[in-house]
Amino acid sequence: MTSGAVDPIIEVQGVVRAFGDVRALDGVDLVVEPGIVYALLGPNGAGKTTLIRVLATLLRPDRGSVRVAGVDVVADPNAARARIGLAGQFAAVDAFLTGRENVEMVGRLYGLSARDARRRADDVLERIGLTRDAGRQVGTYSGGMRRRLDLAASLVGRPQVMFLDEPTTGIDPRTRLELWDLIEDLVAAGTSVLLTTQYLDEADRLAARIGVIDRGVVVQEGTADELKDAVGGSVLELVVPDEDRVTAVETISSATGEEVAELGGRRLRVAAREGSRTLLEVVRALDAAGVEADDIGLHRPSLDDVFLAVTGEPAGSDLEADRELADPAAATAGSGGRGRGRRR
Amino acid sequence: MSTTTEPARLPTPDRALRERATFASTVGDTWVLTKRNLLRNVRLPQVLLFSTVQPIMFLLLFTYVFGGAIGQALPPVAEGEYINWLMPGLLVQISVFGAGQTAIGLTDDLSKGVIDRFRSLPMARSAVLAGRTFADLGRNSAVVTLMMLVGFLIGFRYQTSFLRFLAGVALGLAFAYSLSWVMAVIGLYVKDPEAAQSAVFLPVFPLVFASSVFLPTETMPDWLRVFADNQPITTVTNALRALMLGEGALREGQVLSSQLLISLGWIVSITLVFSLLAIRAYRRAVD
Repeated sequence: MTSGAVDPIIEVQGVVRAFGDVRALDGVDLVVEPGIVYALLGPNGAGKTTLIRVLATLLRPDRGSVRVAGVDVVADPNAARARIGLAGQFAAVDAFLTGRENVEMVGRLYGLSARDARRRADDVLERIGLTRDAGRQVGTYSGGMRRRLDLAASLVGRPQVMFLDEPTTGIDPRTRLELWDLIEDLVAAGTSVLLTTQYLDEADRLAARIGVIDRGVVVQEGTADELKDAVGGSVLELVVPDEDRVTAVETISSATGEEVAELGGRRLRVAAREGSRTLLEVVRALDAAGVEADDIGLHRPSLDDVFLAVTGEPAGSDLEADRELADPAAATAGSGGRGRGRRR
Repeated sequence: MSTTTEPARLPTPDRALRERATFASTVGDTWVLTKRNLLRNVRLPQVLLFSTVQPIMFLLLFTYVFGGAIGQALPPVAEGEYINWLMPGLLVQISVFGAGQTAIGLTDDLSKGVIDRFRSLPMARSAVLAGRTFADLGRNSAVVTLMMLVGFLIGFRYQTSFLRFLAGVALGLAFAYSLSWVMAVIGLYVKDPEAAQSAVFLPVFPLVFASSVFLPTETMPDWLRVFADNQPITTVTNALRALMLGEGALREGQVLSSQLLISLGWIVSITLVFSLLAIRAYRRAVD
């Protein structure tokens, strides 16, 4: 897949990285054009974090080639580091330094002179709205402020690409919206962003393109719309009384010939290849079986459906805990299933 | 199949940034991180408290609890004052304990993702470990100075010259620096800050007690004495004592020059071997 005449900002080919017997990355190909948000979507332990670590020069791939901003990451990691910014799953800022000191320090480590580092730190703090609090020790900051500061620290090097590993995992909804705005501003200012997420709404809102990653491979790739189209047709979602659930699943599946997904609670979902005709068939069949649905609706597929169709499991599920344990890079995330309850 | 039509181009690299580490930039990065690590000691009250109160507590407890009974059993150079005997030993003990902070600081940075951030920056890689060990040397110097001041207040007097006394302090700090590298290796293997606490102090306690830090080794059972006499903590303590109290502090047959030489040998070889191991462990810990 080519992106026309534009040089890609990220170019990954056949990247393999194993931890012991587990292949965290099993032949990843990825091309990202500059100036957009690209979202890597996948369950825990799918290899998202490992891929970010490879791209950010923290991990050498066993095989394959990785180019970021035109630089071969494996052959010339330091040149790549001068062009990238990384914000990991933790806010890697020092609680005992002030906000400004944190940003300035990272600026110095990017190779800026003390004067440049100070000037850029002021700019960046202004941009993320932390000027007023810049003189306070970070220990007194809220979680959301720390995340923003963490992002700001990388921005001081004016990176061409920002890697954000689950930037909004474990933070409150308001801060999440703030971070989304910040990321959109970043891209508007010309930075390319690659982020990983377990949240489909996040990918839907931010990303121009989405790659679904599962078991160390990018299994599907495209815009949100393309992905949704790929699932095909519409989906039918139902809420049924708990005592009728088993009957409902059998009835629907024999009426449509499709597999019925149980989404937890009393919610069921099934592909509706023929749209409203499928809806009618299901309603009739349920009626005949004596099941009365509490709610029933026909939707255009959401990213959730894409995710389900592609990876065979609902987003944010915990089924991957074993694989996560086997992947030390992902295991440190410790976020096990924070995606729960966000399936909608 | 390009779907975005925005004018996309690769921005030119930022010229203010560097892509190659030079000697000057390595020194600069090391200084930036040394300063950062030192600030941690000053600004986190619990760290400051632990590293200053603990040595003084040791000093006062040993002096006043054991001092009276032990004073009688010491060589004449101590002038019957346990504090004179204890002070050089305690300096070594504090240095050894202080070096443990290297492991704890490193594991702290590892677990908080700070090391990942450093590694994603175009900085000198060696600066992370160098900045850590230098900062710990700085902290140790401050703690030792403080402890010496309290020691003087409660009656410690060196029996040689001020210069020899200073040489003794310097030797203790150099030993501490070499041990920082040992602790760095431990920290990088253990990775977890809480586990690092016990992983550090488990070997340190027996090593410090089975030495001449608190008492002459003569009364130990043979098997223990042979070990105690030949381990680096004893050698360094002996050299330190001879520097501060005179050669009368040494056992029959021992002289300052040889104790000093062996100590320096320990310090140099520990630093060399363990800095190499630490660099290897660092690569491994983060990969």
